[in-house]
Amino acid sequence: MAATLALTGARRSPVLAARLLAAALLLAAWQGLAVSGLLFRDVVPGLDLIALALARTLGSAAFWTNLGVTAGEFVLAVCLGGSLGILCGLALGASRFLGRAYEHWVYWLAPTPKIIFFPVLLMLFGAGPESKVAMGAISAFFPVAISVAAGVRGVHSVLVRVGRSCRASALQMALKIYLPAVRGAVLNGLRLGFGVAAIGVLLAETKLSKAGIGFLLMDAYRLFDMPLMYALLILVVLFITGLNMALAQLNNRNTGQNIGRK
Amino acid sequence: MRPGPAALFAPLVGLATIVAVGAAVQGLLLADVISVYVMPLPTQVLEALGRVVTQEHVAARFLLTTFETASAAALILVVGVPLAFVLYASKLQRVAFEPWVAAWASAPLVLAYPLFLVLFGRSPLTPVVMGFASGVAPVVLKTLEGLDGIRPVLIGVGRSLQLSEAQIFRKILLPAALPAIFTGMRLGLTFCLINIVAVEFLINLGGLGQLINEMAERYDLPGTWAAIGFVVLASMVFFIVAERAERWLQRSH
Repeated sequence: MAATLALTGARRSPVLAARLLAAALLLAAWQGLAVSGLLFRDVVPGLDLIALALARTLGSAAFWTNLGVTAGEFVLAVCLGGSLGILCGLALGASRFLGRAYEHWVYWLAPTPKIIFFPVLLMLFGAGPESKVAMGAISAFFPVAISVAAGVRGVHSVLVRVGRSCRASALQMALKIYLPAVRGAVLNGLRLGFGVAAIGVLLAETKLSKAGIGFLLMDAYRLFDMPLMYALLILVVLFITGLNMALAQLNNRNTGQNIGRK
Repeated sequence: MRPGPAALFAPLVGLATIVAVGAAVQGLLLADVISVYVMPLPTQVLEALGRVVTQEHVAARFLLTTFETASAAALILVVGVPLAFVLYASKLQRVAFEPWVAAWASAPLVLAYPLFLVLFGRSPLTPVVMGFASGVAPVVLKTLEGLDGIRPVLIGVGRSLQLSEAQIFRKILLPAALPAIFTGMRLGLTFCLINIVAVEFLINLGGLGQLINEMAERYDLPGTWAAIGFVVLASMVFFIVAERAERWLQRSH
């Protein structure tokens, strides 16, 4: 099927043909590995089994209930971490003194693996959704804060001087000058923050939870239901990558309209 | 231009803020506003730091994590750089598959750790493979970026001197792309280390990540905080050293 598509595609576009051919080869290699018996049984299930598991998962009420739990935690985490990140980024970017005092801490802490804070969050917020929200919020905070701080420093000085000459308060400067001028940086930070927040929430769910997609994933691992595990991973990757691409497009569209940059 | 007094004073304010927050938390804990069963006293955490380092085989754990990261880094270098050259060699391959590499870079690979656990078992191989998987894409993308930046005149000179393809690669392409490869390696190593420590924590196996999990499972609150502090400190030192090394390599190149 994929090979036929590749042949049809080759006539239209060699790039499409190359992609289809590579996809066909990968899928054939996977199926070959699945039926070869080279790996332990079920470790690499056949494509038919994965497709069935995918359909079964999408048709089950439990999946949608757990997706709702994860989505709720994710949205709260992004709202909390994102808004704190925007506020911090605005402060660090607008004030040279604050930037010099605190920004390198934010910058150094940003690449540490956030999941290691989970035991502390469990103690502080319990084993319920709160600790997962906190995990996602911490993850989202850093990329947003760094991106917004860098964006604020790139705001045209004329705009800042106009705001100051109009005696705008700190809040007015933030709302009327900086935020409109750095919307590209905010969107870019949020795009990065969305991805890491989702990962933070899901990883926390895999570590300790009673609900959510991470919980389902670990349940599949415990039951050694490999097709279900693959199906869940495919859905999660599609969701996060899709969200990332949508936000990137939104950001690209916005960059063209950005006039407040140096 | 010499930095003003504010520039010198600001980092001290940053440091003083951390001390002040610690002192405030200590006060709130002593006043029983925050329960000591939820958060340890900062002074206990500082005391536990010495205990964690001396009694929890931190040196061995540190070496294990370093070894896993180095193994993954070697794999990243061996696979990532040649892959970038393969993609660079043909425009069709480049246009067709570079977006796949970019998609791989943004994919949440760490979430697949239960899968890697099944495939590679509960052994150090799992963090190494996960570290490799997460770090290889930035190296490919950055190397391609470096190759794009090579001035065509350099390749033209190589061809006019009738150098073979292998000589052009060795004498022109590789040296010219080295700064970008260094940047890619720094990014790749960062992702690699983050994922390795995270996986060690999640599967309770190996070096520094496992240390935190063990402390938490023992309900040793000061020890858990101290272990987290130690890992954060180690990561910060790693990133600062990696950044300085990259700058030094780029300058000396």
